Amino acid sequence: MSASRAEIEAAVVAILAKQLLLSPGEVAADARVDEMGLDSLGKVEAIFGLEERFGIAIPFNANEPDQPDFDFSSVPSIVAGVERLIAQKTA
Amino acid sequence: MRRVVVTGFGTVNALALDGPGTLQAFREGRCGIGQLGFRDAERLTIRIGAEVKGWWGENHFLVKDLPLYDRVAQYALVAGAEAMAMAGLPQGLGPRGGVILGTAAGGIRTWEDSYRAVFAEGRNRVSPLVVPRLMHNAPASHLSIRFGLQGPVLAVSSACASANHAMGLAFQQIRAGAADVMLTGGAEAMLCFGGIKAWEGLRVLAPDACRPFSLGRKGMVIGDGAGVLVFEAEEHARARGARVLAEVAGVGMTADSGDIVAPSADGAARAMRAALQDAGMAVGDVDYINAHGTGTLANDRAETAAIREVFGDAPPPVSSTKSMHGHAIGATGALEAIACLMALTEGLLPPTLGYLAADPDCPLDVVPNVARPARVRATLSNAFAFGGLNAVLAFRAA
Repeated sequence: MSASRAEIEAAVVAILAKQLLLSPGEVAADARVDEMGLDSLGKVEAIFGLEERFGIAIPFNANEPDQPDFDFSSVPSIVAGVERLIAQKTA
Repeated sequence: MRRVVVTGFGTVNALALDGPGTLQAFREGRCGIGQLGFRDAERLTIRIGAEVKGWWGENHFLVKDLPLYDRVAQYALVAGAEAMAMAGLPQGLGPRGGVILGTAAGGIRTWEDSYRAVFAEGRNRVSPLVVPRLMHNAPASHLSIRFGLQGPVLAVSSACASANHAMGLAFQQIRAGAADVMLTGGAEAMLCFGGIKAWEGLRVLAPDACRPFSLGRKGMVIGDGAGVLVFEAEEHARARGARVLAEVAGVGMTADSGDIVAPSADGAARAMRAALQDAGMAVGDVDYINAHGTGTLANDRAETAAIREVFGDAPPPVSSTKSMHGHAIGATGALEAIACLMALTEGLLPPTLGYLAADPDCPLDVVPNVARPARVRATLSNAFAFGGLNAVLAFRAA
């Protein structure tokens, strides 16, 4: 499966919006996750949603504050991380 | 109100298949965590746990009885028999004896094996013993049957606080006069593919080690096992000349009434204060706290804040023995009560293993890596569960 950056960004926004009970239009393309008020369970549900949507495994551990393996801090960082994982999968 | 004492204990866990072996591991600071070996473990992201090692049901039970016992009941029965033997109690306490055991997942392996058979392998029937194997009260009921305990017998399920809630309720049964002897503690056997697969999704399990309160900690490590203690009315124990190991002095139970998973320092602090008040203890009486200490960022920060709120700027030493026996979920409080008994009877504080460096968010003396001699007059044992449920026990030296 290949996905364009625009598709990935749309999916990230849609999945975050669902957890935040917002419409996708209310999640900015440069939004930061913590500022949107996503709680810890919302975060792991969003990660699960992305894994299921793209068939990837996201290496995220809630106990590592600097998130060395996957930067979940903003929409652009999540999009970049998902892109990288998809590329690794098809490589 | 009657005083309640501990007159025996038994355990099966990742450190040893009995009490003496477990205490030796606590003294040596030995870790029971290793690579998971159960079926399909290679499909997991998290591959470590504190499994009970060298367990063969045939070594402990008649072959004809084994099909009735999920692993969780096997652990409880073996730990309970050890506890009864240590206490030197006769069979047939009848209505004056009872059992209250905690478990979070009950017979989860039986669920897993049965679902695998009908869904994955296409079989059309499962063993007729599935229901009595998997029910949460099976471990408590089998102990009742084995030892003729006919008074209050039930199971308690409050996730990671199950065993502490169970012991708190057992204590109250005896104190209130509803029973003279209670077998109590917890049992858990969650280390199977489905059990870990479910936990993985929460992203709170450590891939490498359990390092409570340490900088560089990456989460919790799940363990299996059972701990069963004999709680007894002091007058009953003295009358029969039993060895008293410690007094069960108090219990505090609170709910955060907040988040379903995120811990609250306030709820934890209220539970510790309630236990102290119930026990008639001042903060200065407590010489050791066995922490909940899961090794997650969130728990260890909140628990540290709670301890410092209750005990001030110079709290007593605190250790998390989960770094040795793993987080045995519904059994863990019972294993940790046994660690408290060691502190009280031997004057030796069990260590927190895996400690690398101090975390500025967790300013505590955690007895890092090596057991430490100390004068111990009283201890607290903390348990703070998902669901925001907190149960703290207070023990006093005999």
